[in-house]
Amino acid sequence: MESNGRKPEPNQGSNAKPESTVPAGQAASDAEQTTMPRNAATAAESRPPVSNEVAEKRVEPLTVEPGISRRKLAQVSRRELLKVAPVLALGAFVIPGAQEWLLKKGLGFSDWASARMFRSGHLAQTFSDSELTPFNNFPINDYDVDDPGVIFENWTLTVTGLAQKPGDYTLARIQQLPLQRQNTRHICVEGWDVIGRFGGTRLSNFLKMIGADTTANYVTVACADDYYESLDMATALHPQTLLCWEMYDQPLTREHGAPLRLQIPTKIGYKQAKYLTDLKVTNVLDGKVGYWEDQGYSYFYGL
Amino acid sequence: MSSAVVEALPEEHREPVVKARYEHPLVVRICHWLNAISLFVMAGSGLQIFRAFPSFGAKIPQKDLLNWPRSFAIGGWLGGALQWHLTFMWIYMGTGLVYVGYEIFSGNYRQVLFTTRDVRGVWPMIRHYFFFGPKPQQHEVYNPLQKQAYTTAIVLGLLSVLTGFAVWKPVQFSWLAWLMGGFHWARLWHFVVMWAILAFVCGHLVMVILHGWNNFISMLTGWKKDPEY
Repeated sequence: MESNGRKPEPNQGSNAKPESTVPAGQAASDAEQTTMPRNAATAAESRPPVSNEVAEKRVEPLTVEPGISRRKLAQVSRRELLKVAPVLALGAFVIPGAQEWLLKKGLGFSDWASARMFRSGHLAQTFSDSELTPFNNFPINDYDVDDPGVIFENWTLTVTGLAQKPGDYTLARIQQLPLQRQNTRHICVEGWDVIGRFGGTRLSNFLKMIGADTTANYVTVACADDYYESLDMATALHPQTLLCWEMYDQPLTREHGAPLRLQIPTKIGYKQAKYLTDLKVTNVLDGKVGYWEDQGYSYFYGL
Repeated sequence: MSSAVVEALPEEHREPVVKARYEHPLVVRICHWLNAISLFVMAGSGLQIFRAFPSFGAKIPQKDLLNWPRSFAIGGWLGGALQWHLTFMWIYMGTGLVYVGYEIFSGNYRQVLFTTRDVRGVWPMIRHYFFFGPKPQQHEVYNPLQKQAYTTAIVLGLLSVLTGFAVWKPVQFSWLAWLMGGFHWARLWHFVVMWAILAFVCGHLVMVILHGWNNFISMLTGWKKDPEY
């Protein structure tokens, strides 16, 4: 068993094994040795040791160092052990200061990769009306209050930043833009998902209306409940990214973000801010990325 | 033995001689430990993520499947766990790519990959392991049952990545999500694959304990003293 298989003993060659003397035709019937017969046949005629070596390798491919001294083994083992040591670098993840930095870098890399994976022309799946989650089962999620008490009569969306027509936009004015309704999946970072029906206008329509510089990096929003969010421009211009004022063909209810919210089928739930009050086109985020992002969530989180 | 006798022996016999074999190449060893660490982090942080919505049904009404204890999870809260998960998934995937690439290009896959030739050796090994049957003669580093287990583990690793992408990017990888029955089901498959991997790890650890120190240390040094085959 433990002899060195690479070096068959010289006298083995003379002990021709049965299979090396089997005629080619007969051996071919042995399904397991389709490559053996020809070798065996020719070897039987001229060079029996070759056939034996082939058979030897097939049966016993294992080799064990026949006699490594204890000291030598300890020596090579130590050397080989040291070569594995770089794995310990991952131990940096348990050093408190380094941990925070490394995880931030890791999350940042994921966001960078996410932005590369985002395809502006690729649409999220849409669903038939029969697949909708009933409106009453559509979860209401917010970080603070269900209803921040927006006074609808006075409500406007205040536009600032890199736009040619900044100022206050009333809901009536925004609703003059083309209406788009879509049944799409809403996925929460917690893991649950629902299929809802949403209506509004493409954010890209509104950006055109305000003369936004669409080469800018971000669109940021602020909300009546002090929530805030930021969107990369590619997602802001996506044809399914809506400024939404309707759910299930009805005006948005207060707990779902009335009078105006973001609805983005290509983003995770927390990016889809409710109760919008301000919208800004900008190249820099000034350290304020989003309510959850600033506590450690992913910035991009594209689906 | 007197020192004079030792001097008279040929050099290689002067010291005690042991049998040993270099069994695990460096790349395999490094990948093994990187994978062990990243699997630990991925499962721990994954279970913390799961704690945020421990169900596979509807959000309303929510029926919890299992309340996984926080002390057996990594990250402390959902955001922290996501940071660990989204960081270590790159180490996990990178390790997997390097390992599979190395196995293919070095030819080392031949000693790991379970093929049709190994099928007939499975039953005798099961008899040996579980029903006290005789130990079948071993011709390779890994017996058929080991090959089957390692090959399954590699497939599970691939599935964990594919189901993971379907959960993380169900829109960009809509075809993957579709293959798994949509985001909702992909999340369940991701969870199931994790438990399958953990089941492999449990069996693996039992076998490591049963096979003793020399076997364990060989995954660190590459050299296995007194191999059993």
